[in-house]
Amino acid sequence: MAEAVAVVLFIGITAYALFGGADFGAGFWDLVAGGAAKGKRPRAVVDHSIGPVWEANHVWLIFVLVVLWTAFSEAYGSIMLTLFVPLSLAALGIVLRGSSFAFRKEVYRTSSRRNFGAAFAISSVLVPFCMGAVAGAVASGRVPAGGKAGDPWDSWINPTAILGGVLAVVVCAYLAAVYLVWDAKRFGDEEMTEYYRRRAIGAAFVAGIVAFAGIFVLRDDARYVFDGLTSRALPLVILSAICGVGSIVLLVRHNHRFARVLAIGAVASVVIAWGVAQWPYMLPETLKVSQAAAPDPTLETVLIVFVIAAIVILPSLGLLYVLDQKGLVEVEEATPPA
Amino acid sequence: MPQLLLAVDPVPWARAQMAFTLATHIILVPLGVSWAFMALVANYRAIKKDDADALELAQRWSKYMAVTFAVGAVTGTVLTFEFGLLWPKFMDKYGAAFGIPFAVEGLFFFLEAIFIAIYIYGWKRLKPWHHFWTGVPIVIAGIGGTVSVVAANAWMNEPAGFTVNSAGKVVDVAPLEVIFNKAMPLEAVHMLIAAYLVGGFLIASVYAAAMLRGRRDRYHRLGFTIAFTVAAIATPVQMLVGDQLARWVYNNEPTKFAAIELVPKTADDVPETLFGHLNSDGTVSGGIPIPGVASILSDPTTGKDTVIQGLDSFPEGSRPNTRQVNTVHLAWDVMVGLGTLLMLLSLWYGAVWLFKRRMPEGKWFLRIAAISGVLSVLAMEAGWVITEVGRQPWIVFGEMKVTAAATGNQGVWATFLVIVALYTGVALTLVLILRAMARRFRERGPGGGNDEADTPYGPRAPLSTPDPDLQEVTS
Repeated sequence: MAEAVAVVLFIGITAYALFGGADFGAGFWDLVAGGAAKGKRPRAVVDHSIGPVWEANHVWLIFVLVVLWTAFSEAYGSIMLTLFVPLSLAALGIVLRGSSFAFRKEVYRTSSRRNFGAAFAISSVLVPFCMGAVAGAVASGRVPAGGKAGDPWDSWINPTAILGGVLAVVVCAYLAAVYLVWDAKRFGDEEMTEYYRRRAIGAAFVAGIVAFAGIFVLRDDARYVFDGLTSRALPLVILSAICGVGSIVLLVRHNHRFARVLAIGAVASVVIAWGVAQWPYMLPETLKVSQAAAPDPTLETVLIVFVIAAIVILPSLGLLYVLDQKGLVEVEEATPPA
Repeated sequence: MPQLLLAVDPVPWARAQMAFTLATHIILVPLGVSWAFMALVANYRAIKKDDADALELAQRWSKYMAVTFAVGAVTGTVLTFEFGLLWPKFMDKYGAAFGIPFAVEGLFFFLEAIFIAIYIYGWKRLKPWHHFWTGVPIVIAGIGGTVSVVAANAWMNEPAGFTVNSAGKVVDVAPLEVIFNKAMPLEAVHMLIAAYLVGGFLIASVYAAAMLRGRRDRYHRLGFTIAFTVAAIATPVQMLVGDQLARWVYNNEPTKFAAIELVPKTADDVPETLFGHLNSDGTVSGGIPIPGVASILSDPTTGKDTVIQGLDSFPEGSRPNTRQVNTVHLAWDVMVGLGTLLMLLSLWYGAVWLFKRRMPEGKWFLRIAAISGVLSVLAMEAGWVITEVGRQPWIVFGEMKVTAAATGNQGVWATFLVIVALYTGVALTLVLILRAMARRFRERGPGGGNDEADTPYGPRAPLSTPDPDLQEVTS
């Protein structure tokens, strides 16, 4: 039972990395797009692709937190106790990001748009960095179990956590750039397709280099996870590398649709590899999944809610998607507002 | 790493931060819960009677709703962090029980987010009745979400559905007993009605203010009428539910009740003391005592002879302290006083409808109606102060004290200050943006509410549409 809920938890983390991550990455490209005039078209593409299902993407974070605290309370309590600083920063970043998203579309002056845009973009880098650092801190075994707080600073300012933070930012940027290539192409914007294609290839290389360097960092600093990654999680690591290289090849060859699929594969397999490498620990070498697990009735409830959610929410998301596709045609036919 | 932050006892700051973020979030909650219902009332009228004003209202409301919901989602996300950041030991121990209602709530929240988007999309893409029905899940999700979250709070008042083993671990969880704990039914109904009451008054007060400024066209009157009618129906119901709940608290949470009624010593014939305060020596001074009324209200069958347990019947460390008692009692006076005022306002409105078949449009009625939103928010905040401060010093009543639940991180004072600054900025911006939207809708005139491209959750604007930014940049 605990295993099943741990799988559900990792489905949530993977979904957050893929959907939320792409949103964060889009914020990264917004940040580096340059001045108002120069960055206008890249930002327009970002605005368009980030639009409608934004909130659904970030509900995955709430999903992960709720599953963690309900099913693995001790892990949640310990992580929050030790990693107070990066998680507080992440929460503040989410406030900035979410409210600037809510407001930016409603603001009509360029100057105030730019202010909201800046808050949006900066927090889009801050939040994934903090989340990645939290993952790194957990992976390196610096979060002790049992209500004892680890060091409030060293726990997340250390080689593995910094690696986690940087890798998260880079991976989000890579994922977003690959999505944006496809979106720009759908919008029929040749110049922006090329703009994001070049950046997607660049980000893929950087992500690959950081991941490669990460192997050595983990060997020295996070031995348990390193051993896991080089043994039982090795197939996933190799799969991720193949997908990553493959997506670069496809981007170079202008096959944007499948580049997107491979990018998703590369990121998803890295996240899942982390989980497999940590197994059977929730907090490496201090708290096992089975120890952290809530009593069975609680786990059952979480699984039941998850199944109901899948049954109810997937068709709803499907309806929204259909309306989104349908809408693009009709609105273009309508006369633009005066 | 050097100690960058001053070492300050985190407990009072953690309390302050939790109180501040909850008090902020709860203002947005009624809008998220009840606005969709009001928009659907307008939407229904628009389709049934081919009413252009009602259509315009429903369309504009759905846009405002999206903005407030987006901000509410953010302040809600902060709370999911804070449970752990501020109260890690509480979550560590009780998460397996306390978390269950939140798992259910997550489902409703997800649904609400998706259907708000579908509803906004649907204006131009679905047939009118199909579109109307896509709004219904928002209302249901709002109700389900409210009940789930309040169930979690009620569980803190009346923990049930688990046992703690000798190692201090929660075992034998019974999920249904956790959710349907003893305090849950009345507390959930009380908050649900509060959501409709506050939402109605808040929205109505905007239209009352507009009417005072001379915008008395049919559009504004319709907006006022729909929202105020919802509030005016909710208010008397709330008085009845509140009365039931107070009696329930008398029977089940005697420490809280002693604080509410300002009863230092167990006695019968207890007066209802308006205002006044408890001194640290256990005497009550000031205030206006109304003889016997607290006893009579607590149990009308025994009347004045009803005995109310005083604070002295509970050991000092396990009941609210003097300052907390005074806070609870003042909050009680505020909640009941404002509730009564809003009840009178609702009766005024109802009487004019009954006899004149129109809404009251006098200056004084509109003036009070224009502040009814703020007053109802104050009443709701006071209600939460009563239940939260009245539970002190416990975080889980009888099981765990707040001090034992708190984080040891000494930087909480810093996050508190940053959160206050950030939320103040967000709140000001939210108000400014809602006003700017209203202005823009007015300038665009009829049909302006149907421009969907500028709403969060709304569809993307087609790239071919001239972008206001572009015009500014290029001209």
